[in-house]
Amino acid sequence: MTALPTAEDLKAQIEAGVPGAMVTIVPNGSPSAQDSLLLDHEHARAVALFLRDHPDLRLDFCSLVTGVDWLDTELTEKVKVKKLAAGPDGVETEQEVEETRKTKVPGYLEAVYHLFSMEKKHGPPSLPVVLRLRTANRSDRNHVPSLTSVWRSCEFQEREAFDLYGIVFDGHPDLRRILMWEGFEDHPMRKDYVPPADDILLEARP
Amino acid sequence: MTTVAELERRVEAGEDGLGDILEVSMGPHHPSTHGVFRMDVRLEGEKVVRLKPVFGYLHRNHEKIAEHGAYLSAIPYTDRLDYLCSMTNNWGYVLAVEKLAGIPVPERAEYIRVIVAELTRFQNHAGLVGFLLQDMGASGTPLMYAFREREKILDLFESLSGARMMCNYLRFGGLRVDCTAAWLEEVRRLVAGLPKFVDEFEALLRTNEILMARTQGTGILPRELAINAGVTGPMLRASGVNYDIRKVDRYGVYDRFEFRVPLGDHGDVYDRYMMRILEMRESLKILEQALRGIPEGPIMDPKTRLRGLRPKAGEAYGRIEAPKGELGFFLISDGTGNPYRYRVRPPSMINLTILEDMCLGHNIADVVVILGSVDIVLGEVDR
Repeated sequence: MTALPTAEDLKAQIEAGVPGAMVTIVPNGSPSAQDSLLLDHEHARAVALFLRDHPDLRLDFCSLVTGVDWLDTELTEKVKVKKLAAGPDGVETEQEVEETRKTKVPGYLEAVYHLFSMEKKHGPPSLPVVLRLRTANRSDRNHVPSLTSVWRSCEFQEREAFDLYGIVFDGHPDLRRILMWEGFEDHPMRKDYVPPADDILLEARP
Repeated sequence: MTTVAELERRVEAGEDGLGDILEVSMGPHHPSTHGVFRMDVRLEGEKVVRLKPVFGYLHRNHEKIAEHGAYLSAIPYTDRLDYLCSMTNNWGYVLAVEKLAGIPVPERAEYIRVIVAELTRFQNHAGLVGFLLQDMGASGTPLMYAFREREKILDLFESLSGARMMCNYLRFGGLRVDCTAAWLEEVRRLVAGLPKFVDEFEALLRTNEILMARTQGTGILPRELAINAGVTGPMLRASGVNYDIRKVDRYGVYDRFEFRVPLGDHGDVYDRYMMRILEMRESLKILEQALRGIPEGPIMDPKTRLRGLRPKAGEAYGRIEAPKGELGFFLISDGTGNPYRYRVRPPSMINLTILEDMCLGHNIADVVVILGSVDIVLGEVDR
């Protein structure tokens, strides 16, 4: 059993093996030190195939697929700006004034894939290779490519992320709700989900 | 055989003479599903030409509940995932928290974890074989044999943790209470008697003609498909893939025990049944060694704060070899007292991915047997 290459090595290998692929390392602050690789949509499937079929990696087992919701955030920063302002004597001079600037950072939905190798085992202990795909925002541009055609184990779990988070997986063979019922509108695992206020039991009372 | 698409076209066109095509909704209250689970089956005569699993009847958004509470308060909820194996569910979760926050575990606690986990595996497998035989029409007898032993194990869990099934026993950094010397003695006495039970159980069933006719060659899962579909646990090993997380990750103190990983040749229902029997024997080997080697000492890491745990921002994935397969927990911390993201990797749900592939071309009666050999618990599938 050999150890798995580090995230930096993996990034270099992917960028050499899949021309044009953009890989960004997302660091992980916890002691588990499982850094992850953020992929671009266009090359995601090619990268997945590369990782699965690479003779040294053979990441043939996609263990876990899930969604994560990152809300819109507001970035507040204090900037020093030079402005003309009237001094106490009434004469306008250039002074440094501190201003607070607020920029809205759009949130996104994230699909996270945990990969292992059943053939190579890479361990012990075997750490996962973590892939991430991000949508452009949380509302209308909520698409990511599906990896079900690479690993069949994504089939139900991508459906679940679609159901509970509203991530649309392009190329999924059967993207339907899986846990909630057909006709249900919202995505209950989102951070801003508000459960309906009406009480079904009270309504059912004659 | 007519293709599914062709059939669908003919059904939709309202064509006559399709009397032999039948849509059956098996479940949600079918006895073979052991819970509320439905299979939309399309039959040509008695042959299955399409099968779509439908679940979610028991969905209560377990993950959302856990994200709203403190790290500690998720432990009793994990009991209710696979409600037959609360001890291993606890372990999967606390392992993930320990990885997330870098918490060490005292040695004695690790040994007790192994003991309760292997007892859990034993009673789960015994119960599964009983249910599988029940589904095949061996009404009662094998199940009662299994439950007789399971009862003794649950009694031990009760005297250790206060509850038979919802044990809520493990804590990140150790355990809730220590076991007594008398309890260990009880376990030793029980484990000494269990090999005889397995022998008896196996002798009754292994060469039973009906069992062999119903299970051999039924529901074959090829090795490549099993890997690609993320199937784990005894189901994967029945297809001949040597992958046991106790060996691969060596979490806890599993590196100290001698045990083998049984593998199947054909990946049919019979192999999956035999896998459970063989794994029960290996569990007993581990139990004997753990009971011999258990040291004295503390059972909790003294520096760990159970209440008000605030791990550094980051994420971790912890996984164990649960009786049903790879049970994993994925946690993201944002530095506050409750997890930002809490995700369960449910082995029974993912093992259902290939249910249709295993059932196509078989008779409807075999669907019951094939589903029985997957070993699902709906509390975990639906969460």
